[in-house]
Amino acid sequence: MLHAARDVISRRGTGLASIWRYILAGLGLAALLVGILAVVYLTAPHSAPGPDTSRSKKTASGLFVASFEPERGVIRQGELQSWLLTLKTAAGAPVEGAAITVSGGMPQHNHGLPTSPQATDYLGGGRYRIDGIKFTMSGWWQLRFGISAAAGSDSVVFNIVL
Amino acid sequence: MRRLARVASLSALAALALLGGCGKPEFSDAEKKTIASLALNTLPALKADTTNQYADVPAAAALGSTLFFDVGMSRDGTVSCSTCHKIDRQFQDDLPQAVGVGRTNRRTMPLAGVARDPWFFWDGRRDSLWAQALTPLENPLEQAGNRAAFAHYIKNRFGERYERIFGPLPDLSAVPANASPLGTDAEKAAWNAMPASEHEDVNRVFANIGKAIAAFERSIEPQQTRFDRFAIDLATDSKPQGDAAFSAEEILGLRLFIGKANCVTCHNGPRFTDNSFHNTGVPPVKDLPPDRGRVDAVAQVQADPFNCFGKFRDGDASACRELRFMVKDGQDLVRAYKTPSLRGAAARSPYMHAGQFSTLDEVVAHYSKAAPSVEGVSEVHPLDLSDRERAALVAFLKTLSE
Repeated sequence: MLHAARDVISRRGTGLASIWRYILAGLGLAALLVGILAVVYLTAPHSAPGPDTSRSKKTASGLFVASFEPERGVIRQGELQSWLLTLKTAAGAPVEGAAITVSGGMPQHNHGLPTSPQATDYLGGGRYRIDGIKFTMSGWWQLRFGISAAAGSDSVVFNIVL
Repeated sequence: MRRLARVASLSALAALALLGGCGKPEFSDAEKKTIASLALNTLPALKADTTNQYADVPAAAALGSTLFFDVGMSRDGTVSCSTCHKIDRQFQDDLPQAVGVGRTNRRTMPLAGVARDPWFFWDGRRDSLWAQALTPLENPLEQAGNRAAFAHYIKNRFGERYERIFGPLPDLSAVPANASPLGTDAEKAAWNAMPASEHEDVNRVFANIGKAIAAFERSIEPQQTRFDRFAIDLATDSKPQGDAAFSAEEILGLRLFIGKANCVTCHNGPRFTDNSFHNTGVPPVKDLPPDRGRVDAVAQVQADPFNCFGKFRDGDASACRELRFMVKDGQDLVRAYKTPSLRGAAARSPYMHAGQFSTLDEVVAHYSKAAPSVEGVSEVHPLDLSDRERAALVAFLKTLSE
């Protein structure tokens, strides 16, 4: 390469023109790079929108409206915590006497929950204490509730991102 | 010609500047937050252990310390807790598998910060520090004693000290010299011949031995390291000075640890552990009995009469939530082992639950390759780290031991 450049310079007798050539080549290469990057960016899968992290939602078949909040307001990673699951009918009446199952895990890590949370107390007004929740790591967690009450059985999934 | 040289040297300078920029200890806000969460100054004060009313009684800790180092606390008078938990070796023994009266199938765990664990042993087969301390005392491969003999030994040798802490010792005159529900056939027969009141008396003294040893162990806490000094400087935006300054390799290692290599997923918080159990595909050791990890420990902790639901717990059952909400079955538990703290790890090879790897290079290579588990499903995925990246991770881990 250098030899070639030297040859060109000595042949032409003037270095200026050949330097312009190099600059031109450099610009060409830069343009090519920008083009490649553009293609990579445009064809790369767009980062999926994060999971729906709303704390209140309709259950899968629309039987209930469920809300899920940490009992003490904050999520503390690595500590056993209780949360409150509040169940209302579509008409807004509190759901009493529900049988609740809890499961879940981390979809991106392919493992379940590190604890077995349970519905431990009914606090009135459709509010159930879900105790024994522990988020041992940051990331996307899912908690799935199976709910059976007078109105029927339904389920709901809450996403929690730490 | 000269101009060409100038252009060439200018581009070389630009390239160097670009490369140099990569080595700067500049972290994103998210990275800074993660690094701060690992620093020792975020370790909360040690919580009270309401299941052990003697946990913070100095006389109990003093007796516990005596017992911890006393080889009289074993069948043949040669093994103490400190035989494997060596005080000058981070309370571990540098062996792939612990050796007490016999050779066990597991690596001795270090004790720094142990009182903060929710579960004990590699598989979590005990749920309190005091219940843990009792287990090696009767394991035939560790201290190989039996609880009746321990009760007599305490009465004869430490009776006065014991009574000042725990109150009057029971009348042990009718209790056989050797008896235990877990011992030899003769010891089991002797135990079964004892009335229930004597079982309770002996178990009470035995539980108190565990509570004294636990009171002592609560004082063993992790120490500040170079990493912590670096992290504090980073958090306060001051330039790390002296040994708190990290090399470019250590910074790369830290960045990988909290980023691409995903180590921080499980090794999180100021103790670098999530206190949970994971199958990470660590291979079994030839010639050792089958070892399925957490999945076999569940029944053991449930059956332990000294667990949190048992009658030897002090305080109320609100302290038993870990046991109450424990995962009892499922594929996740197969060959799952506790995430160990990484503090001090570089100075205590070999690694893993049975000392499978003799160097940190091997450990990092294992996680980079992520071979599947012999049983169950490994949670780790291949990282394909370069030689340089693996070396950087090891360099970073060393900062947790300096």
